[in-house]
Amino acid sequence: MKYLHRSGVRGWIKGVLFRGMPGMINCVEFEEFVLSYLDGELPARQLKVFERHMRLCRECREYLAAYRLSSELSCAVLGTPQESVPEDVPEDLIKAILDARQY
Amino acid sequence: MPTKSPKSEPGLSTPPPNHEALEAEVLVRDNISWMLALAQRILRDQALAEDAVQNAFIAGLRGLPTFEGRSSVKTWLHRITVNECLMKLRKQKQLNEKPIDEYLPEFDRHNCRIEAPWPVLSRAEDFLESERTRALVAEKISVLPGTYRIVLQLRDIEGYSTDEVAELLEISPGNVKVRLHRARAALKKLLEPVLRGEVHR
Repeated sequence: MKYLHRSGVRGWIKGVLFRGMPGMINCVEFEEFVLSYLDGELPARQLKVFERHMRLCRECREYLAAYRLSSELSCAVLGTPQESVPEDVPEDLIKAILDARQY
Repeated sequence: MPTKSPKSEPGLSTPPPNHEALEAEVLVRDNISWMLALAQRILRDQALAEDAVQNAFIAGLRGLPTFEGRSSVKTWLHRITVNECLMKLRKQKQLNEKPIDEYLPEFDRHNCRIEAPWPVLSRAEDFLESERTRALVAEKISVLPGTYRIVLQLRDIEGYSTDEVAELLEISPGNVKVRLHRARAALKKLLEPVLRGEVHR
């Protein structure tokens, strides 16, 4: 009973369930499929298995939602320069580039 | 008697002596703004970005006569700029490979995910309305080691394919995928306090 207490009865039940259910993957395998799933690259059969796991596993479902949201936030923030780029064309830089190309 | 150079033949269309210089100036003026923005997104430093763009133009103008037009000039300059930025990052040892295991998902001994229950998540737009949240997200992204952040930047932001990122970074496509997924997973963990509303927006 010692390990049941440490990992939780719920984890144990899920572990047994996912191991014994045909066409089911566990959470570690789910994790390996996440990128291909989001890139739309999972073949039909794997997609079915992935989505079946997601329906049955609260942890993976919520993990994926948070993973997607944080990716959206990072895209929005990384896509914006930290300091604003001046709208005016930087004449001194243009001059430096054109001068440098002479040599 | 020395042969006359064809350039000095009257009647032949010879470009004016400053034609090349004019062409160069047009190329620079047409592209400098987006190239600076790109370099700054990658390098996060204005002075370094200007330096990278200057080098990119010098390399670009030097290579212009041999440009084969297999892509648009913009695509070509984009790649040169990214390469210059990568050289800067490498020189500054910013493409470090510190482990990020502490931010990766956890599983128990039954291979079940350990994930505390989540409240209903707000939409990305709601988070992005707040300047403080944007700053927090930027701060958390900067925690990622450079080698992960650059993959995120090139694939998710600059629109390069996995194969193109692999070529730019001189790593395998499989390695790009692993790094991208780890970077996103680590970021999810780093952003949890923000996403769970534990940090005041």
